[in-house]
Amino acid sequence: MKNIWQILVVDDEEVMCESMAAWLREDGYRVDTASRGKQAVEMAAQTDYAIYFIDLKMPGGMDGIETLMEIHRIHPEASVVIITAYATVDTAIQAMKEGAQEYIVKPCNPQEISMLVSRIIKVKNLQRENAILRKKLTRQYNYRDIITKSARMQDILQLTQDIASLRSTVLIRGESGTGKELVARAIHFSGDRGNKPFITVSCAALTETLLETELFGYEKGSFTGAGAQTKGKFELANGGTIFLDEIGDISPKLQADLLRVLQERAFYRVGGSEEVRVDVRVIAATHKDLQQAIRDGHFRDDLYYRLNVIEIRIPPLRERREDIPVLADHLLERIAREFGKEIASVSEGALRMLMDYDWPGNVRELENAIERACVTTRTRVLTEADFAFLEREVSARRAWSVPAGVPLEEIERRAIIATLERTSGNIKEAAAALGIDRSTLYDKLKRYEITR
Amino acid sequence: MPIGAVPEELLAATERTVAEWFPFDPYRLPPLPMPAAAWQPERGQYESVTIMKALAAACPPDAARLLGLTTADIAIPMLSFLFGQAQFNGPIALVSVSRLRQDFYGLPPDGELLVERLAKEVLHELGHTCGLIHCADPQCAMSLSTHVGLVDAKQASFCAVCGSHLVRRLTSSNG
Repeated sequence: MKNIWQILVVDDEEVMCESMAAWLREDGYRVDTASRGKQAVEMAAQTDYAIYFIDLKMPGGMDGIETLMEIHRIHPEASVVIITAYATVDTAIQAMKEGAQEYIVKPCNPQEISMLVSRIIKVKNLQRENAILRKKLTRQYNYRDIITKSARMQDILQLTQDIASLRSTVLIRGESGTGKELVARAIHFSGDRGNKPFITVSCAALTETLLETELFGYEKGSFTGAGAQTKGKFELANGGTIFLDEIGDISPKLQADLLRVLQERAFYRVGGSEEVRVDVRVIAATHKDLQQAIRDGHFRDDLYYRLNVIEIRIPPLRERREDIPVLADHLLERIAREFGKEIASVSEGALRMLMDYDWPGNVRELENAIERACVTTRTRVLTEADFAFLEREVSARRAWSVPAGVPLEEIERRAIIATLERTSGNIKEAAAALGIDRSTLYDKLKRYEITR
Repeated sequence: MPIGAVPEELLAATERTVAEWFPFDPYRLPPLPMPAAAWQPERGQYESVTIMKALAAACPPDAARLLGLTTADIAIPMLSFLFGQAQFNGPIALVSVSRLRQDFYGLPPDGELLVERLAKEVLHELGHTCGLIHCADPQCAMSLSTHVGLVDAKQASFCAVCGSHLVRRLTSSNG
């Protein structure tokens, strides 16, 4: 890792420059030298060096401090080490005031300079790693990753951008697999809170008690096994955003608790008497019709209105078929790269198949289909043959005689059981086959009291 | 090549080290007088860049490497002392035994220990001429020694990584 870092040594004395450069090169760094401040500034404009060693006293215009100031104008984060033969308190103070990271008197002990260099480089490595990770995060979740040509989706993206920096609660509605979490992340990471936590809670995956402790945390001793005070997701998300997925599935008690958090931005930990205040933006999502749930008495209307300050409805993929080709291209590129396979494109015929298909599992189902085709294909172009399994699903659907007069819930229950049997109880596979996400499947298992 | 007077046992030990680790046939050049310009009266030391230049000027065209050996205390402007210096990926290297001696630190002389330390520094500087950089393994001859304690901590040998780099370098055409 060492040799990626470049160091600039600036001194009017050639012997000093060359010997210092030679010594640093033995340590694996790439080292350049400059004999004048002006030359150093020009070089800094071309290359962002990890460390600048600058002699304080240089004839011919710019001295060390001036050079330091000029370099800082170009690279405010530059690590500058001022070198001097005559230590005076005044110059040391001035150098530090102007932002020198270190001030050393030559000659110095090899150990001192070796430790100084490794200390600065260690920080540089961490900063670089941090920058890369941040870039990865935002790259993963920014708007560019919501691939769309559809005018309706473009409007949604514009809306998410407009509301990114607000604190208003957002309710995202859409079928399973339409990318509700992706939209939530895009809102979070594009807004002022982007560098703060984004915490996801799948409300359908947990029982009421577990969900309560998950959301609000608990005090030591509040129940058997509560060994230490534990922060809940609301506290972890402080300053950032909490994403409550499958909000339509929470119990009446939690609905009341959540309403209180939304109204007062405060809550109590389970078993606690001390009020905890948080600054959290809430984004909730559901695939359910909450207004119907209100009419049925399953969802509180006051909570609904608190959540539904800004509503975003993501259309299913079948209502924006124009997105299928661009999504297919994008997914193919990503999946092929992940698999290390050279797959260039989707053939015309295969694309027609993808366009004709209804995608009940939406983008997630499309993603699974492309992944499956990438795994099985032996060619550089995905053809109709690679998507033959879709045909089978379509014909299976067509051939399937729908039992009339059976409650829909019963049909759904049977479908889930049959799928779980086929996947030997593997929830992930079953959810993918059913075209729903895992949290939705958990929710249905709970509702139909199905045990794996 | 000795620079100034260097005890015979140190020159002989250096030749043994070179012969043991490198595919070079060591031969000894007549001593090079210490360049007067290298003397730094205000520091009481010799400036090693000047010595390196004198070595480069005296390097025979057929020599694969030229290793200078001196008993003088050497330094560069930035550093208070050096155990040695080398041209990275170049033919010239220099080792000073001054601070490898126990008596430099006010301790009784120890000839055996001196020869051992010298071998490590000879491997280290010649390693740099073969393009090896400092190694993180404190036992490897290529680890950076900023005081004599660290010289003693390392072995007179290369770690597996540096060793294989060295062999690759020495067996390639420009080795």
